[in-house]
Amino acid sequence: MGYFSDTNQSLALEIIGRYPRPKSAVIPLLHLAQEQEGWVTREAMLQIADLTGVTPAEVLGTGSFYEMFKFHPVGRYMVNVCTNISCQLLGGEELLDHVESTLGAGAGDTTEDGMFTVEDVECVAACTEGPCFTVNYRYFHRATPGVFDEVVADLREGRSPIQRGAAGDSGDMPEHGRLGRVRQEIPAGRRAGVVPPEQAGEQPVWLSSTAEVDTSG
Amino acid sequence: MSDGAPVEITVNGSTVAARPGELLIDACERTGTYIPRFCHHPRMEPVGMCRMCLVEVDTGRGPALQPSCMLTCSPGMQVDTESERTRSAQDGVLELLLVNHPLDCPVCDKGGECPLQDQTMTFGPGESRYVEEKRHFVKPIPVNTNVLLDRERCVLCDRCTRFADQVAGDRLIHFLERGSRTQVNTFPGEPFSSYFSGNTVQICPVGALTAVPFRFKARPWDLEEVESTSVLDSVGSRISVQSSRGRVLRFMGLDSDAVNWGWLSDRERFVFEAYDHPDRLTGPLLSGGAAGGQDPKGSTQVSATWADALGATAEALSGTDPDRIAVLGGSRLTNESQYAWAKLAKGILGTDNVDAQLGDGLPVEVLLGLPRATIDEACTPGGTIVLLGPDPKEELGSLYLRLRHAVVHDGATLIELTPHATGLTGIATHSIRVLPGEAAGVVRSMFQGGTGDVAAAGAVISSGGPVTVLWGRTSLAETDGLVVDAAMALLEHVPDVGFLSLLRRGNVHGALDMGMSPGFLPGRTTLEASGDKFENVWSCLPGETGLGCVAALEAAAAGDIDVLVLLGADILADLPDHDLARRALEQAGTVVAVDLFVTSTVECADIVLAAAAPTEVDGSFTNLEGRISVVARGSSPPGTSRPDWMIAVELAERLGTDLGFTSLDGIWSELASVSAVHADLSLNLIRASGTEGLLAKGQMPLAMPPVTEVPDATESTLRLVVTRSMFDNGVLNAHSNALAGLAPGAGIRVEPSDLDRLGLEDGSTVEISGPRGEHIAEVVASTQVMAGTAHVLFNQDGLDAGRLIDASMPVIDVRLVKAR
Repeated sequence: MGYFSDTNQSLALEIIGRYPRPKSAVIPLLHLAQEQEGWVTREAMLQIADLTGVTPAEVLGTGSFYEMFKFHPVGRYMVNVCTNISCQLLGGEELLDHVESTLGAGAGDTTEDGMFTVEDVECVAACTEGPCFTVNYRYFHRATPGVFDEVVADLREGRSPIQRGAAGDSGDMPEHGRLGRVRQEIPAGRRAGVVPPEQAGEQPVWLSSTAEVDTSG
Repeated sequence: MSDGAPVEITVNGSTVAARPGELLIDACERTGTYIPRFCHHPRMEPVGMCRMCLVEVDTGRGPALQPSCMLTCSPGMQVDTESERTRSAQDGVLELLLVNHPLDCPVCDKGGECPLQDQTMTFGPGESRYVEEKRHFVKPIPVNTNVLLDRERCVLCDRCTRFADQVAGDRLIHFLERGSRTQVNTFPGEPFSSYFSGNTVQICPVGALTAVPFRFKARPWDLEEVESTSVLDSVGSRISVQSSRGRVLRFMGLDSDAVNWGWLSDRERFVFEAYDHPDRLTGPLLSGGAAGGQDPKGSTQVSATWADALGATAEALSGTDPDRIAVLGGSRLTNESQYAWAKLAKGILGTDNVDAQLGDGLPVEVLLGLPRATIDEACTPGGTIVLLGPDPKEELGSLYLRLRHAVVHDGATLIELTPHATGLTGIATHSIRVLPGEAAGVVRSMFQGGTGDVAAAGAVISSGGPVTVLWGRTSLAETDGLVVDAAMALLEHVPDVGFLSLLRRGNVHGALDMGMSPGFLPGRTTLEASGDKFENVWSCLPGETGLGCVAALEAAAAGDIDVLVLLGADILADLPDHDLARRALEQAGTVVAVDLFVTSTVECADIVLAAAAPTEVDGSFTNLEGRISVVARGSSPPGTSRPDWMIAVELAERLGTDLGFTSLDGIWSELASVSAVHADLSLNLIRASGTEGLLAKGQMPLAMPPVTEVPDATESTLRLVVTRSMFDNGVLNAHSNALAGLAPGAGIRVEPSDLDRLGLEDGSTVEISGPRGEHIAEVVASTQVMAGTAHVLFNQDGLDAGRLIDASMPVIDVRLVKAR
């Protein structure tokens, strides 16, 4: 029995078809698995191994390099507080203390209600805007304990805190694992399918600019 | 790789000729300059992981530190392996490796033979500036039942993981959590279940990977070491037998260029545990009847003296006609013991009912008559390999690794003609499923009238490159004539084809060369063609061709064999037809077993003679190529058990004659005088031949064998396929702690469409009916087997495949119905 939901299973097969070799789809499929459940489960890795023709050890070996793939359950919202030098000088550690005491979860832990996971992270490349934290990788610049409390209150009450953040727009705060608001779609007519480079003959469909392409999906 | 003019480079001021394409580290080592390394291994692709081999190299742009394992020699290269900068780089790399590597050498198994320890002493800084805490891990963790991993000792050289990927093709260990926490590990709950896992222990440059059978058993400096040959299967992998205080504690693979490249299967590596098992026979046994009492045959066996046991054997042998004596088995024996027993049976007793093959072999006149290929010839880069036999991964592990390398890395083309998927299917260019009985037809259609894959395979074979056929019994449930017919068809259609036999059992090729088959004499010659060579040396020769194993056992079952001598032949477990083995043991007169253990077969013997194990004898071994290499003793036989050839010598004496030799050299000088194949050889020459051994050459004229007729397959039955797996319930497997738990067990495997057609489901209990009655087993759906066949593993727990086989039938058709 497959791990992926029906929708994700067909998406997974579509993703595999984007690459000359199935193995290349391991990382995109790890993203898909994390999107489905919020973290990458053992069953997900077994399924990915099966779909891409590699061993489960290779899937874990590839995925575990990346900090943002989680191989243990995490909260719906991942709160990352930066304590590297720039943020630290501007109050990052105090912010982390506040986050930990407010949520009742230390760095690396998840709140009992499963809402938040707190992490003390390395530089998130916003040194001019310190101290900063991210929630599900959405930035909150020049953060104060007050801003953090408002963000938590928003999330607990079902509102989006995005407008308080760096992007400043009014979108939703996605749950942990979701990659973006727009999913990449490759029209059927532009999918080359799995063809190993050494067996590729003619120009692939996505390169032939003059080809008549059915972009209807 | 070594074609073309040598490349001149300068190493530490001296000019050195490197081979074209040679890596700098290898060129330096070959010419006497050792560059320290951890990750580099000559049998695997370089990765440049450890940086230990940094040396100063000037290729015209000024000297710079470069990893010599990643650098191909180019003309004019100036190399300095002893410069100040090189030294400082080596110091730095070692200091960094020791940041986390524990200094637990006194309690580490590798201490004393550890490249990290040795190279730190030779090239390292002696002191560390680090005071920080080292990495800690839970230790040790099993990566499988035989290999333990102490992760904090690991220096991340990528040798074990590269081995798993490039050599074995079992990518079950991998770097996890890459970054500052990188470690080697398996996927949780998915062990490193590779047939070749023990090799990772041998190539680990630190004590991170250790083997359970050796862990904490001895310190390397206490080990005595002899160069020997693995007699477990017919590849004859070269090994180093290492022992301490009279006990063999481990086997290590030796890098023989012609044979095993240093690799061993786990079965070859860990089988030594069985030889040291407390169940080993320590002296002769006599059953009540043979001891002179009134007890019936097969009653309790009691310890006896050699005098009594040999006396009873001689009495039984001298009290009957030669044609009522049969001598079966002998693959465990060294060449010398085989010669002694062949002479005893044929040259003194005068019986020709001698067969080293146990009904699962190939006709000797064909095997010795076909042009023979070596492993190197089979693995020629760009050549074509035709697999017409059992799965090498299951039966001949180290040969499988050579074949895999040839196909994956050297561009050889593999075509397999088998009734089920094998360990090589994934890398085969054409994997053709062949129903038992139809191989010859498929081969002919490859060259005429075939379509699709079959025709394409024929085109590859006919394209002109070197072709080697690996041939053996694809299934124990079909007669040997079928594969012979297919081999003959290949011989007919392919000019210059070479054949490599896949007979698996130990020194079986030595036994054939020593004449241990009906109608044959030592030196690949027949009774008729022997001339007068034997006249002065042997006191008699058999009058006419005797019975092979199956025929001799049928004769025994009919009461026509008075003395049945079993040389390490566990026929109840090992003969494909178990029913025949049982009836033969019941009806034979006196059963004499020469063995290491009381197997189920030996339990039925009247006289049991205790033999020395392969690690306890000196002598030589002949592998499937005909390559002869040394077997050497690493320990003493337990109790009063003794080498098989000595038993033959003493029996001859009891029979009132003399075998004519009392030493191995004596055997060899006689062998050289009677055998054209061994005429120019001696034990000293073989000893002097080093790791590669000596190839015994000599091909018999080939007579066209008769064609085997096969009944057509029917809709309502499935054709039985029985094969062996790497681990089974064989007596050595069962007595090695490391191997005992690894046998997979047997069910009956059927292709899913056949299950549908027969109205069966995966996992349901079925009744199998065939020529040997009805049996109950669980059926498993498998896409690895061919439609129209039913596949069972031999000698496993669960369904006993040997009870389904009738050795008198060319193929076995079985009917499967749902059990009520």
